[in-house]
Amino acid sequence: MERLEITKRRIIPPLLGAGLGLLTMASNAFAAAPVPNKGDTAWMLVATAFVVMMTYPGLALFYGGLVRSKNVLSILMQVTTTFCMIAILWVLFGYSVAFTNGSGALAPFVGGFSKAFLAGVDPTTLATTFSKETYLPEYVYVIFQMTFACITPALIIGAFAERMKFSAVLIFMFIWFCFSYLPMAHMVWWWAGPDAYTLAQANLDNIKAAVGDASATDFLAKLAAAGADKAKIAEVLSSYSDAAGAMNGWLYNKGALDFAGGTVVHINAGVAGLVAAIMCGKRIGLNKEPMAPHNLVTTLIGTGLLFVGWFGFNAGSNLEANGSAALAFLNTILGTCGAALAWSAAEWVTRKHASLLGAASGAVAGLVAITPACGFVGPMGAIAVGAIAAVICYTAVLKLKPLFGYDDALDVFGVHGIGGMVGAILTGVFVSPALGGVGLVNYAAADNTTSVAPYVMSAQLWSQSQAVLTAIILSGVVSFIALTICKYTVGLRVDEQTEREGLDIAEHGERAFN
Amino acid sequence: MKYIIAIIKPFKLEEVREALSAIGVQGITVTEVKGHGRQRGHTEFYRGAEYAVSFVPKVKIEVAVESALAAKVVEAIQTAGKTGQIGDGKVFVLPLEDAIRVRTGETGASAL
Repeated sequence: MERLEITKRRIIPPLLGAGLGLLTMASNAFAAAPVPNKGDTAWMLVATAFVVMMTYPGLALFYGGLVRSKNVLSILMQVTTTFCMIAILWVLFGYSVAFTNGSGALAPFVGGFSKAFLAGVDPTTLATTFSKETYLPEYVYVIFQMTFACITPALIIGAFAERMKFSAVLIFMFIWFCFSYLPMAHMVWWWAGPDAYTLAQANLDNIKAAVGDASATDFLAKLAAAGADKAKIAEVLSSYSDAAGAMNGWLYNKGALDFAGGTVVHINAGVAGLVAAIMCGKRIGLNKEPMAPHNLVTTLIGTGLLFVGWFGFNAGSNLEANGSAALAFLNTILGTCGAALAWSAAEWVTRKHASLLGAASGAVAGLVAITPACGFVGPMGAIAVGAIAAVICYTAVLKLKPLFGYDDALDVFGVHGIGGMVGAILTGVFVSPALGGVGLVNYAAADNTTSVAPYVMSAQLWSQSQAVLTAIILSGVVSFIALTICKYTVGLRVDEQTEREGLDIAEHGERAFN
Repeated sequence: MKYIIAIIKPFKLEEVREALSAIGVQGITVTEVKGHGRQRGHTEFYRGAEYAVSFVPKVKIEVAVESALAAKVVEAIQTAGKTGQIGDGKVFVLPLEDAIRVRTGETGASAL
């Protein structure tokens, strides 16, 4: 009874996606000279390349084919420049702000500048994974997370397509990356790492790094004093776990599950897209002039690149090359296929035709929804997540824009925003072992093992909801401020003449098709 | 001389061209156009955006002939281009003031 209450009191930090742990010393008594795992490293380098491909040219072509031919180069250029700019900002300060310990009251929300310019990071420094005593070279983690940071703002481009000034796009991306992406990444994914949760004398260095020298000795003494009393041991481990995780991200410590970025990437970008679409206003001639996609073949090529690249995004978020990565991989396929079929079915029933654009959109909606879920749900759950998300996104895409009158040109909110929210909530449902999910992990132990953490669906759904709400509010507010700054400096929109002529000629001085 | 403009269904182009060739018309200009008479278009649906596409793809043929040949040309186009269904098109006959061959400068009937 007492033990149940203790373990229920605090959700022991569960298995999360793409988090980085601290590894403080090159060698300690716990693991003699930790060495990165070559198999994991090889996989992660490949996965990282796949995520680059998702943006470039995946997303670029997906969006490019959907706009009118006079604007296709503006899309490609916005994606290109956003990607390059964020990549550089990432190594200047982004990585540090997202994935180091913060200080003071802001620590749960943002990191610090200790690794600005990648200070202290070299080919020998290590990053932790989700298994104890398993490491990656830190550079691998830097790049892997960089690719996530690069694709997220690029997603927003679809919302304000065909009318936003290039200069405004870049200013907006810079501000939004700093104040919406980085804090979300830190809040959801930053944790002390699995090795910090082993309360054992052999692990002294990591314990000291996590809670300080005095507390380290203190906790170890308490553990020794507990003897063989299981209830007392659990109590010590629980309070140690709290202490070790004191510098974790705010949403991580709330137990929010987000394997590969449903909140950090998709809801974040989706809500920003909604705000941008509203503040930029509707395209001239909307609903009067034809604005059909100029090349759906291009869009499909982009969809394919996104799909294949997403294996790196999702399965790579496992940080190791093992069965869990394979599960994430499998779930990614199943979620996508379930979603594409569901969208096509919905279209066939309501519109009499199942279109290619619908199937491609359904596939993307499924990919978005399975993103937070892929490492946590079972294969059957993945099909359900994809299908449910597709139907909800299909409805959203059809109903929300006419209802509220905003011009989210390429349905960034309808697919990424709504899909991300659905996926995040359903993750909390289908992680349940009763529904085929992997359940939650308790890392705190007196040895190298982990145990099963208790799962209560209502509590988990509340954790998920908090993450979703945080993403919505943070992204909404930051986007509004960023766009307002753009509006009163360079201006948000091109003038009417430019918009009619097409952004390619007017903003970039070139034509796509000659 | 007469200038004859005909709008026909695109897949009828080869048949019409052969029919014209058979009666001695050698020069022809072809343009891809869009239009409609009483033939209705269709609806296209792109993820929430519905477009009523009222224009149907057609082909426009233009030939310049001597007045004596005009009636035969009209008949040839009409016979070859007809399917019996709505949207077969129309033929227009206009008076042609002059024609000049760019290479040689010939004018009138010898330029045709």
